[in-house]
Amino acid sequence: MTTPCIRMFRRLEGLFCVYKPPGVHWKHVRDRIETSLLTGVNGTPQRPLPQVVKFLAQPGAGNDGSSELTLSAASVPVLASHPLVSGPEFQRIPVAVGHRLDAFSSGVLVLGVGNGNKALSDFYKTPATRDYTLEGEFGTATDDFSHTGRVVERSTYGHITQDKLERVLAMLQGANQKALLMYSNIDMRSQEAYEMAVQGLLGPEGKSAPILKGLRCVRFEPPHFTLEVQCLNESQKYLRKVVHEIGLELRSTAVCKVVRRTRDGVFTLQDALTHHHWTASDVMGAIQQYHSSKKLRKSPHTQTKDPTIQSRGEDKKTESQQSEISEETAVSTVLHTLPVH
Amino acid sequence: MASSCIQLCCRRCSGLLRSKITVQYSTQAQHCTAVLTASSRVSNGSSFLAGICAASHTRQRWRQQMCFYSEHKAKPLTAEANRYKDAEELSGSDVVAYKNRLQNATDSLPVTDSQVTLDVDAAKSLSALEEISDEEAVSISVPSALPPATTSLRDYVDKSETLSKLVQLGVNLWKLEQRPNVGSMLLKLDFQTDVAPRLLFLKDIGVEDSRLGYILSTNPFILSEDLENLRTRVNYLRSMKFSSETVASMVSRAPYLLNFSVKRLDNRLAFYQQQLGLSTWKTRDVVARLPRLLCGSLEPVKENLKVCQIELGFKENEIQHIVVTVPKVLTANKKKLTQIFDYLHNTMKLPHHLIVKFPQVLNAKYLRIKERHLFLQYLGKAQYDPTQPSYVSLDRLVTLPDDTFCTDVASATLQDFHLFLKTL
Repeated sequence: MTTPCIRMFRRLEGLFCVYKPPGVHWKHVRDRIETSLLTGVNGTPQRPLPQVVKFLAQPGAGNDGSSELTLSAASVPVLASHPLVSGPEFQRIPVAVGHRLDAFSSGVLVLGVGNGNKALSDFYKTPATRDYTLEGEFGTATDDFSHTGRVVERSTYGHITQDKLERVLAMLQGANQKALLMYSNIDMRSQEAYEMAVQGLLGPEGKSAPILKGLRCVRFEPPHFTLEVQCLNESQKYLRKVVHEIGLELRSTAVCKVVRRTRDGVFTLQDALTHHHWTASDVMGAIQQYHSSKKLRKSPHTQTKDPTIQSRGEDKKTESQQSEISEETAVSTVLHTLPVH
Repeated sequence: MASSCIQLCCRRCSGLLRSKITVQYSTQAQHCTAVLTASSRVSNGSSFLAGICAASHTRQRWRQQMCFYSEHKAKPLTAEANRYKDAEELSGSDVVAYKNRLQNATDSLPVTDSQVTLDVDAAKSLSALEEISDEEAVSISVPSALPPATTSLRDYVDKSETLSKLVQLGVNLWKLEQRPNVGSMLLKLDFQTDVAPRLLFLKDIGVEDSRLGYILSTNPFILSEDLENLRTRVNYLRSMKFSSETVASMVSRAPYLLNFSVKRLDNRLAFYQQQLGLSTWKTRDVVARLPRLLCGSLEPVKENLKVCQIELGFKENEIQHIVVTVPKVLTANKKKLTQIFDYLHNTMKLPHHLIVKFPQVLNAKYLRIKERHLFLQYLGKAQYDPTQPSYVSLDRLVTLPDDTFCTDVASATLQDFHLFLKTL
């Protein structure tokens, strides 16, 4: 027996992503999404109450002393199934959170609703990387590597040039590449390893230490600098530590000011819902969009039938990277064209 | 011999008990069916017939038992008599004695029989197949088939007049039943004597009908409060020069207000007047706008005042002004209060007097202030000093909805604002 509520919930099941603002715990994000989904689902028009036929004594008949008694059959609603008595139809909606973002960082946070929870665990089985934007500042070091922590050291940064910074970044990337090969559990002398390396699929299976696949400096205005990172199995604290270590490597110190995730697998900033849009209807739209885009992604591969089915993940990544970049540029161009008074 | 007799008696007694129990059951079954079919007489009669059948059946079985026992006991005795032929007379007398006892036993049997028939007769007079008038049919008291224990009021709603009327008023029973002891309290109430007078009283003091459901959902205990007490409290509030409309709106916004004694209400009013140093008129205004102040504990309010004074560094008269404009500051979470003030004062560099001028900002959401400030800062419009050109008032920053804020204050589109939020 499907009610409008259940039908609406079925349409809500799936994956979507939100933009987590900085300074908010992911649990609060999850809870807010759940409550807004609950109000949306339970707010659908209720079915009319079931009726039951009852014999009701006429109130006026007994008073005038007449011997005849009038029982009238009336159909009255069954109050036991009234929403005020039985409570809302949905009292909990399972909402699962993908790769976490700690309170300090912001960005794309993938969420799954209903049977999307299962899809979420499948989603993270594929070795897809995540993109981050890290903003750092030279000159200080803090105990938790972020700019809000307790300052433990101050240093000069005049000697740092972009050239030096990029040398350090290249060194870090090289070391991580080595780690990647080590974690990939494949004999490096085999043909299989060669083929996978050609497709860029070498990587750890499941859990491993954090690995930075790509590291690039996009802005260098001392003491501020911005890095773009693609990584696997990372935590935000690890990324802040990377910034700290880059500072140490440059004979200076650095703190991380912003950790912002711009992509998680196929989910990019473009798909992310800001907290003004965390309502059931917007979430439903996002989920339907994800479903349709998944179908679109699948169909070209079924046509080509090429042997490198495994490369799909990589294709997705590059596609999404491109769209990410275009999104970024779109954002920046839009914001630069704004009239500034 | 004696032991066998005792055994017999015991059996008989238990049989008697059993028969009584079955009779009781049959009458109960009759009641139940009566409930189910809304005192339709046909089924009543049939069920009662069934009851009689059951009774007569047990009687029959019981007689058979008796016969079996007498035969069983007689046989070995006669065998004994055959064996000891020489003592024939003796054994014969024994048999006679036994038969006498059996006689006694069977004598006592009709007594029990008559008891049973009496029971059945009593029930028969209620209704067998004879017709009864409609009034009688209605006057038969039908014990309702309610579950004796349940975890939810759902089972009782359709049977209880009080509960069904409450649902029609819009009381959220689902919320209420989760609170301890409330469900049983509601069930014990009678609509005509307990609920209706209080509802009429609430209507008399001017509470709107649509608010009754909310009041009862929040404070069901008003139904168990003495009506005289309620009157005294309303009279007290009126004597404190609250107009009757104000009292009505206060009661409908703070349903617990009338559950507190006059002494407590008086204490609260005196506290606010003294702590804030307000005039009576202003105190009345503050309390009328936030009647919750009279219901809650005073400790958090005292803490908030101390936070404003010591941690945030507002002066006495500034606090007065803030409280009179936004009374909610008194009940706000002090962590959030300091968080917002910290952002306003230390990040946005707003001096105290500007915050005092627009106390609404202390009531706003932290995230909202932060995002809008950063957006304005990005556009180079974060100018909150009233003496400078292109000044953005804090009031406009906080209270405007998103789209008007974007067009009027930031002169950008809503889409730009949302894109900007994704770069934070």
